[in-house]
Amino acid sequence: MTELLHYPFMQRALLAALLVGIAAPAVGIYLVQRRQAIMGDGIGHVALTGVALGFLLGTSPVWMAIAVASLGAVTMELIRWYGKARGDLALAMLFYGGLAGGVMIINLAPNGSNASLTTYLFGSITTVSDSDVVAIVCLSAFVLACSLGLRRQLFAVCQDEEFARVTGLPVRLLNLLLAVTAAVTVTVAMRVVGLLLVSALMVIPVAAAQQVTRGFAATLGLSVIFGVAVTLSGTTMSYYADVPPGGSIVVLAIAVFALVTALAAPLAKRRAALHGHPDRGDPDHRGSGDGGSGGLGSDHGVTVAGGTRPGGRSRPQDGDGASSRDQASARDGRGAEGAA
Amino acid sequence: MAAPQPVMSLRAATASLGARTVLRGIDLTVGSGEVVALLGANGSGKSTAIRTVIGQVPLSGGELELFGTPFARFRDWRRIGYVPQRSTAAAGVPATVREVVSSGRLARTRLRPLGRADRAAVARALDVVGLGHRAKDSVNALSGGQHQRVLIARALASEPDLLIMDEPLAGVDLAAQDVLAEALREQVGRGTSVLLVLHEAGPLAPLIDRAVLMRDGLAESVADPERLHDLACHPHDTRDAAATAAAIQSGLSVSEANPGTHA
Repeated sequence: MTELLHYPFMQRALLAALLVGIAAPAVGIYLVQRRQAIMGDGIGHVALTGVALGFLLGTSPVWMAIAVASLGAVTMELIRWYGKARGDLALAMLFYGGLAGGVMIINLAPNGSNASLTTYLFGSITTVSDSDVVAIVCLSAFVLACSLGLRRQLFAVCQDEEFARVTGLPVRLLNLLLAVTAAVTVTVAMRVVGLLLVSALMVIPVAAAQQVTRGFAATLGLSVIFGVAVTLSGTTMSYYADVPPGGSIVVLAIAVFALVTALAAPLAKRRAALHGHPDRGDPDHRGSGDGGSGGLGSDHGVTVAGGTRPGGRSRPQDGDGASSRDQASARDGRGAEGAA
Repeated sequence: MAAPQPVMSLRAATASLGARTVLRGIDLTVGSGEVVALLGANGSGKSTAIRTVIGQVPLSGGELELFGTPFARFRDWRRIGYVPQRSTAAAGVPATVREVVSSGRLARTRLRPLGRADRAAVARALDVVGLGHRAKDSVNALSGGQHQRVLIARALASEPDLLIMDEPLAGVDLAAQDVLAEALREQVGRGTSVLLVLHEAGPLAPLIDRAVLMRDGLAESVADPERLHDLACHPHDTRDAAATAAAIQSGLSVSEANPGTHA
């Protein structure tokens, strides 16, 4: 198992994987919190144009991808501010434009073809060069400084943007910073998981972590642990099975999500049994219609489970247990879907 | 009761949402330590009036001053605690009660980390609303009334001088309304001024110093507790004021299209 550490290319690949495993969920959590889980995917599409431009102009694809992806992410943020009703169409066109531009430009480049794009689309462990590692280390440091150092401010902005503005926080600046940070994360991750799958690494560890957590800080910590676990094991698997690391990492991430989801149900049941009824004595003891929140549309099941109770009256003391069981069964259902 | 300088004053304020003119020249002031209620039917402009005060809807005309400072130069946001209308949409990631309440403290800390005094202020805000024992629970696991108390605690975390609340009683059952009223009474006792939008006064009625009735984008009349008798004796002059006064006294809703019928 340790012999792969003797190869310099594997050392570089594993270091890159470690940093990506930390950075991607640390930024992705804010996108999930704002219900923009798909934004990472869009940035990935746009970054492809940057990679192709790098080939065409003979400059570094990584830095060109950062420039174009940041521009794309800032544009998405501006569309969110001013786009209103037609915003989704504008975003869709930006995504398609990024992908189409990439494919077109790469074929215009003297030494480029669709094949040159493949390592950027799905990741590649053998092509992480020394200069790539330097870039990845520096950029990860920037991403982590923003996403962890400003976590309270970014949390407030993503939780309730209007309230954040009334507290006097520089909300627009923080939103733009988050957009640029997301773009840099996508570019950092592209060598390891690839542009088409980078969004999965930003979203799935967060979705898995929040099955068992109650708070934001705990979700952030656990999702980073999941992220590192799947990038390291996925990169290793990629070495032995000779598959692109993007594929193995994302398949492992989904497996972790399914596993956590399956374990979360009995855990919630035990927690409900242990804690009894923390609501006891509270006058406004009603069904929590908005209980539970998952990034993958999980609320629907939970909302139905909790929201059908008649509101406005105290419910029986055993209501909590029933609610947990409802949530548990809703989660079971999703777990099965995830595994299928 | 009112200090020489009001903590908030709107003069001849007009505002539009899209093409629709929602505020058509309203005057509204909140004195120091005063509790002012904005009442009125749906669409009368109550929420828009509040949102102009916090700068979320731009004024198209008129003036807004906060603590004696013209709005364009106002930066002292920690003095304002805002409690939005409770939304049922949960964020995509769980957050604990303490995490949400702590975000209110950012009005004072801005970009620096939370210190000991900040943590203490957050704990006090949680105690005021009686949720200290739920600090580590997910906000998604709370009932409607508890969630409303979290939003109030978040506003209190910055230790504001003016509390601005948009329908704090909406979707909250009667028992929980009493808890909210108690929390608000304690805060008002400390000298905090309050501007709140209400659909019905309910258990908050005894706290309210003054009520303003909004109708069609105009602050039509003011019910002043000292003038309640006069208003009641001349209902044909100031029908709506009397209705408002009666509604506040009885805790009835004034949300109907013609509140005058209550009088």
